[in-house]
Amino acid sequence: MQLSNSPSAQAILLPVRAGTILASLAVALLLNFLPWKNVAPVPDFVALVLTFWCVRQPRLVGLGAGWLLGLLTDVGNGVLLGQHALAYSLLAFAAITLSRRILWFSLWGQALHVAALLAFAQGVSALVRLAAGAEFPGWAIALGPLFGAALWPVVSVLLLLRQRMPTDVDETRAI
Amino acid sequence: MEHSPPPFFNRGPAPLVRLAFFASLALALLVLDARFRYTEGLRNVLVLAVYPLQTLATLPAALGERIAGYFASQSQLREENADLRTKLLGTSQVAQRYEAAQAETGQLRRLIGAAERLPLKATPAEILYNGRDPYARKVVIDKGRQNGVSAGSPVVDANGVVGQVTRAHALSSEVTLLTDKEQAIPVQVVRNGLRAVAFGAGSSGMLELRFMAANAEIQNGDKLVTSGIDGTYPPGLPVATVARIERDAAYAFARIVCQPAAGVESGAYVLVLGGNSRRLAYPEETGPEQEKRPGKIRKPRRKDADATQ
Repeated sequence: MQLSNSPSAQAILLPVRAGTILASLAVALLLNFLPWKNVAPVPDFVALVLTFWCVRQPRLVGLGAGWLLGLLTDVGNGVLLGQHALAYSLLAFAAITLSRRILWFSLWGQALHVAALLAFAQGVSALVRLAAGAEFPGWAIALGPLFGAALWPVVSVLLLLRQRMPTDVDETRAI
Repeated sequence: MEHSPPPFFNRGPAPLVRLAFFASLALALLVLDARFRYTEGLRNVLVLAVYPLQTLATLPAALGERIAGYFASQSQLREENADLRTKLLGTSQVAQRYEAAQAETGQLRRLIGAAERLPLKATPAEILYNGRDPYARKVVIDKGRQNGVSAGSPVVDANGVVGQVTRAHALSSEVTLLTDKEQAIPVQVVRNGLRAVAFGAGSSGMLELRFMAANAEIQNGDKLVTSGIDGTYPPGLPVATVARIERDAAYAFARIVCQPAAGVESGAYVLVLGGNSRRLAYPEETGPEQEKRPGKIRKPRRKDADATQ
């Protein structure tokens, strides 16, 4: 395949900066804390961004980050301490395990995998709450992971933007 | 000679080991929180860490409100002003009568030597946001322990009881709404003084009177107010109106559904009552002759409320 056919697909990404990861996770937390009217169908932005970094940078972002983010989410929402920590730890583990496989697919193929991952995390947190005695809020909570997966291509493009910026453009260079 | 891999191959513990570590840590926290409530200290520290993000998250809505307020037309404001004036006139008359009645009640109470009801301290607060938790009905308000809010205080709005403070942090507090499945409130029918306990019905946004005999004297449209038996809610606050009664001969209890009086799921401003509600000591468990009274029904959050007092 010639390089000129799909320059964006062939471009080598710049190394990721820690600031980008931290900022994206903070923005995701902020989006989760926004006063949504009906929370059930709203995607879990923290889970989405965490999945993204676990797939792309499994050595930098992993279970520890997921656990800490889960704890912050739990406290911010006033739910059982450890509910999201458990869900996000398991999510990070699954995302890291699948990371090699996921990146082979196109963006929409990746989104399908992500839908399964997000639904898994949602299921874990639902299981914890039902075990603690809450009532089932209805199947609307299954919409969140689907909408989250639909956002995956957008998130992928946005979060890789910083790594796509070339430091110096050289038309004659091979890569 | 022993060879060890170069440091850049070192990836730390295996993923499964890490998973076991973090998952067991999370499970331990879950059990400690759900069963023993030992984690309040940790929670109070972490709340301060997320507080800046949470206030930042409420900014867009507040900004939108301010912009909308700037463009509110003068005629609209004038109309609203006149409306409020007439309402004030109506309520001031009621308030005068109430004052006289209260003084009279105080005298009568002194006469019979009963405890005089203390005036309640009310802290106005703004609802910041709904908790992002589809399994429970909670809101977070912008007043915390620094403003004198304590766990267990009742929360009301202009029309009636909204809920109860279940966790008071330093700068904000969590309010569990009446419609939450685990929230109970002792009530009384205004018409005939019948006592009952109203429970939240969860996602339907209604309340339920449980354990009322199928032939209990209650009818559609009955107003329910707090009975004040539990010592947490002051007596006489409007709670709900009976909306539907299903009496089925197959069951010993009637199914009574009530519509909350306050805008429990809507509304932006609330009052936190509290401070000096007179709480009696819980009676000792004596024996079989002790009858089961509605006001003594175990409140799910009592442990939480007592912890901070």
